[in-house]
Amino acid sequence: MMKKILGSAWLGIVLLFMYFPIVILAVYSFMDTPTIGTSGHFSLQNYVKLFTTPELTEMIMGTLSLAFKCAVIATILGTMGAIGAFYSRKGMRGFVVAANQIPIVNADVVTGFSICVLLIVVLGMDKSTLWPLLIGHVVLATPFVYLSVVPKLKQMDNHLYEAALDLGASPAQALRKIVLPQIAPGIIAGFFIAVTLSLDDYFITTYTRPATFNTISTYVVNATRGSQTEIKTALWALSTIIFVIILLAVLIGNTMSNRKAGEKNEYNEI
Amino acid sequence: MKYRFARQQLSIPYAVFLLCFVIAPLLVIVYYAFTNGQGNFSLANLTDFFTSPNTIGTLFYSLLIALTTTWVCLLIAYPVAYILAQSNIRQKTVLLALFIAPMWVNFTLRILALKEVLTMLEGNLAYYPFMNTIIGMTFDFLPFMILPLYTTLMKLDQDLMEAAYDLGASRTAAFARVALPLSIPGIISGVTMVFLPAMTNYVILDMLYNSTYIMGSLIGSYFNAFDWHSGSMISIILLLIIFLITWSTNGFSEKESDREAVL
Repeated sequence: MMKKILGSAWLGIVLLFMYFPIVILAVYSFMDTPTIGTSGHFSLQNYVKLFTTPELTEMIMGTLSLAFKCAVIATILGTMGAIGAFYSRKGMRGFVVAANQIPIVNADVVTGFSICVLLIVVLGMDKSTLWPLLIGHVVLATPFVYLSVVPKLKQMDNHLYEAALDLGASPAQALRKIVLPQIAPGIIAGFFIAVTLSLDDYFITTYTRPATFNTISTYVVNATRGSQTEIKTALWALSTIIFVIILLAVLIGNTMSNRKAGEKNEYNEI
Repeated sequence: MKYRFARQQLSIPYAVFLLCFVIAPLLVIVYYAFTNGQGNFSLANLTDFFTSPNTIGTLFYSLLIALTTTWVCLLIAYPVAYILAQSNIRQKTVLLALFIAPMWVNFTLRILALKEVLTMLEGNLAYYPFMNTIIGMTFDFLPFMILPLYTTLMKLDQDLMEAAYDLGASRTAAFARVALPLSIPGIISGVTMVFLPAMTNYVILDMLYNSTYIMGSLIGSYFNAFDWHSGSMISIILLLIIFLITWSTNGFSEKESDREAVL
């Protein structure tokens, strides 16, 4: 009994450590004081500022559009790569599997720096075209799409594809009508992982972005260096909105997969 | 000749992409690390790194930071994962989701929140740079330690624990001789997921207070100074450390299964 209480207490303490700052920030995002710990009055001014300051809305839209483009490209590239490599001979598959691991184990700083040196210093690409930035994000995200598709390919019954061919389907038709529907959950999961990776990235963005373009990450870091309290408190509002979205997504996704898969393998769905 | 589609060909675009944007950049930084501004072969970047007290000091400081962060994360996360895995409460997955969810929130926004709260509690964050670094990194990386540990501990066969009790082991002995050794793969993947970011994620320090350096910040400052050669050398040294960690823990296969678990 004692043990149980101690155990729950530990879980509680750790959750408190993880959530206390975010919750405090959320509370103060609804107040008119720029200093945490002081008292203030309820106000929505931070939210109004967040959505009416052009600099902030442009930055948020830029981040979202980059994440979307990155996720679309990474999902197509990673899915094709996974299907192709899965059915390839050893040499090709070995190369893709090994090279796919590199951006995953590598430090983001090194990935970002090396892409910057190749594309911008050596090849002289123009940063302001946003191409180096997009390529960098795709490098970061595609390996995870690949890794989320491969397990679905392994689970798939290979005979179905053969049967489709025997029944007269072309390889392309069999792929579209038999393989793709079966690996779709992996592709969709990969897409969302790509979106979150792109939204979360700081390092690759710093090394490849044009001077005038900011994502949420680079913007927040620059804002903490300066002392503009106006911008800072608007970011509290942004943090609160993102936090609520993520929490809802995780909890809804969790209960949905619980309902769907029963208590046994819901863990895989997180 | 008529073109025939084969599904193997689908891997070609990704293979080319990997060659151009993953392999080629690494080759380029190897070239840059061992040449000077005139393009001649040079070991100057290497010797500079090991003779400058600034850079070598940074290396040791970041190793210290990474080691401490990893230990703190492990000591906090292991009991969490163990309690969660052992408990039979009904909403276990929701609870686990709560521990993992911060992973998906933009880390700069979370550090922004932490900074505000720490400032409220401590006043000036620069008074305790080491402690605040550890707090910041633990705050950021904890989910990455909890998840692999939980995954491994969930797979732990409860019958083995029961058998240990039946054979007269105390709870502590059963834990130390059965559960702990069997969870080593989880510990290893958790450690690899925390150690490396802790050596390189300089933004956390940058945001909390703006002073001490870790390995990642060296790359950042060389980047700002357009010194591609020295920056490449730091990257190579980091790559070597990464390679040593993954090789010594046989991390490639671990990591893969682990990332699949994240998905």
